Amino acid sequence: MKVAVVTFPGSNCDYDLYKAVQLVGGEPSFRWHRGHELGDADVVMLPGGFSYGDYLRAGAIARFSPIMEDVVAFARRGGPVLGVCNGFQILCEAGLLPGALIRNRTLKFENRDVLVRVERADTLYTSDYRQGEILRIPIAHAEGNYRADEETLSRLEGEGRVVLRYVDREGRATDAANPNGSIRNIAGIMNERGNVMGIMPHPERRVEGILGSPDGKALFTSLARHFEPARAG
Amino acid sequence: MSRHRLEIRVVPRAGILDPEGKAIHHALHSLGYVGASEVRVGKLIHVDLDADTESAALETGDLMCRRLLANPVTEDYTVGFAPEGAGAPHLAREGA
Repeated sequence: MKVAVVTFPGSNCDYDLYKAVQLVGGEPSFRWHRGHELGDADVVMLPGGFSYGDYLRAGAIARFSPIMEDVVAFARRGGPVLGVCNGFQILCEAGLLPGALIRNRTLKFENRDVLVRVERADTLYTSDYRQGEILRIPIAHAEGNYRADEETLSRLEGEGRVVLRYVDREGRATDAANPNGSIRNIAGIMNERGNVMGIMPHPERRVEGILGSPDGKALFTSLARHFEPARAG
Repeated sequence: MSRHRLEIRVVPRAGILDPEGKAIHHALHSLGYVGASEVRVGKLIHVDLDADTESAALETGDLMCRRLLANPVTEDYTVGFAPEGAGAPHLAREGA
């Protein structure tokens, strides 16, 4: 599995993604945002961080980086594109995912572990999880409050495109378990075709026990298994 | 071709939660302004633009909003002209 990790000015989770891909036997490589070289990548990942200082709106400027033309074309051809945190914000701004991420209702930068429930275990990104499994992975964002109009929300729910949801220990999507005010406790969604996914929590920061928990690792093994069924560990 | 100073206002859409406005609303109440019923916080953007006519300038401003300056999911915008003397000082110098 060849993974292109795109670095924007202000990205700061690009190395985490790179390492996570390496850990599951994939071949990561960095792509600077000004280039047009996705090459023979099987997967594109947009990392977390603060591209362009979050000026105007988080992700609003990065979306016009030269490489985003290639990322959009890659996604339209069905290529897998994963956006984490700022990467999710960029995917929304680029129109590859519906809706938008606004300021947390707490007005704070929320940087802590949260619990999320895997709503779909039959996707490219989650096939190594169990349906309903609860993961402890961190969030680190100020704009993770997902918003979309009612029509979009019913479509997302109806088509099973909400992949991760903030929950409590019992797996209930309560208001208290919602760290940012996100509508319907949404933490991650997919596009219609299922090849583009955006999530606010950081699975790449939880891929080994020494990092606190390995709960994020299965996202990367799921992907790797898709491309190299024999090798993913 | 003449220079126009566009004044663009971007505000959270009606019905969209505005956490910043809400926090300011609370603070105003703490100060005793109990009559303040709602606060919405947006952005004011000045763009100096060379265009043939005023309507061409407004049209370009509208396109700028749709393509970049506002997010149609969460924000509304208005495009007009900045009042005389508003904003960037370099224009004032040019006029002097």
